[in-house]
Amino acid sequence: MEKVEKEPLLSAKNIKLLKNPLGQDNPITVQVLGICSALAVTVKMKPAIVMAISVMVVLAVSNVVIAALRKSIPGRIRIIVQLVVIATMVILVDQFLKAFAFDVSKQLSVFVGLIITNCIIMGRLEAFAMANKPWPSFLDGLGNAWGYGWILIAVSFFREFLGTGSIMGFPVMEKLGVYNFGYEDNGMMILPPMALITVGIIIWVQRARNKSLIETK
Amino acid sequence: MEHLINIFVRSIFIDNMIFAYFLGMCSYLAVSKTVKTSMGLGIAVTFVLVITVPVNFLLEQYVLKKGALAWLNESFATLDLSFLSFIMFIAVIASIVQLVEMVIEKSSPALYNSLGIFLPLIAVNCAILGASLFMQEREYANIGEAAVFGLGSGIGWLLAIVALAAIREKMRYSNVPAPLRGLGITFILTGLMGIAFMSFLGITL
Repeated sequence: MEKVEKEPLLSAKNIKLLKNPLGQDNPITVQVLGICSALAVTVKMKPAIVMAISVMVVLAVSNVVIAALRKSIPGRIRIIVQLVVIATMVILVDQFLKAFAFDVSKQLSVFVGLIITNCIIMGRLEAFAMANKPWPSFLDGLGNAWGYGWILIAVSFFREFLGTGSIMGFPVMEKLGVYNFGYEDNGMMILPPMALITVGIIIWVQRARNKSLIETK
Repeated sequence: MEHLINIFVRSIFIDNMIFAYFLGMCSYLAVSKTVKTSMGLGIAVTFVLVITVPVNFLLEQYVLKKGALAWLNESFATLDLSFLSFIMFIAVIASIVQLVEMVIEKSSPALYNSLGIFLPLIAVNCAILGASLFMQEREYANIGEAAVFGLGSGIGWLLAIVALAAIREKMRYSNVPAPLRGLGITFILTGLMGIAFMSFLGITL
């Protein structure tokens, strides 16, 4: 098929769509979207990575679908249409996980289903896909899902590393032999409140480095 | 009876929607600036939870669960529709939120105005769908248990958001480091409140 668009597939504007959500437009730390179902899966890295990938698939595909349908969706019922598209995608992802990664799917328990109500997906559909072409929407979906995913993976890295002394289930601390010097795992890190505090600290570091993000009183 | 009280206390303090599962965080962070509005939202969430959890319980028992359709016809006994539960639950929640919105608009315009945009947003509040999914996962035995669980989760959420709003009202007078202002300190506060709530761990009646 011949390309009709004037701009190339990865123009500067499109690259920005991919890159901005990683830092200064991050869905979790700046837009405050999608915290709900995120933090609870960050005890270990493996479920966090699976969750990040699931959200990426759901977000990218539903962004494309909504962007393709955007002219034929009546404004009044758009929320319902969006929910149906998202719910269908989530059911597909859930069934896929149950079939091919059953133990991870058990660990994630209700949180796969909760991707439906993850504000990041509705938020991006409303704010971006309803007003843009499918290809930029796809990139926007990928970018935001990565912005969400890396926070998830960073939080789970610290929690797993400090809480159980292992990375991806591999006992790093034990192999290094630091337990012999009296080091002990901080069991506190595994408990839910520490996920919030870890995100709080990530926000702190990010805003200290990027002064434009600081909130005025 | 004792069993019901146990579920109630558990769902308020130990399995608190916010401190243990981080559900409904979006509106929790966005609406917790003043005690009054957060109280209104908390009541609306509790109300919606008390209705949706039992309704979804009935749906689960008589339509979605494996063999649940046997009451319709013997030949349906092997049918398993549980893969449809996400879409059914969210549809029930969205329509009940719509109903609640209409009722509140008619009966209490003042509350309706103060809740504003947040009432329709309850439909996509993770705490609501989360409660229905937990109800499904924990396999509560009857509709009473499901209703009590819904009520308890709602009250737990209300407690959390009102407490946070009260702290944030006081915090206006304190000198927070600039990069932590707003979102950052709220996260850390919620974490500290979660640690405090953990002292309820292990309570059983």
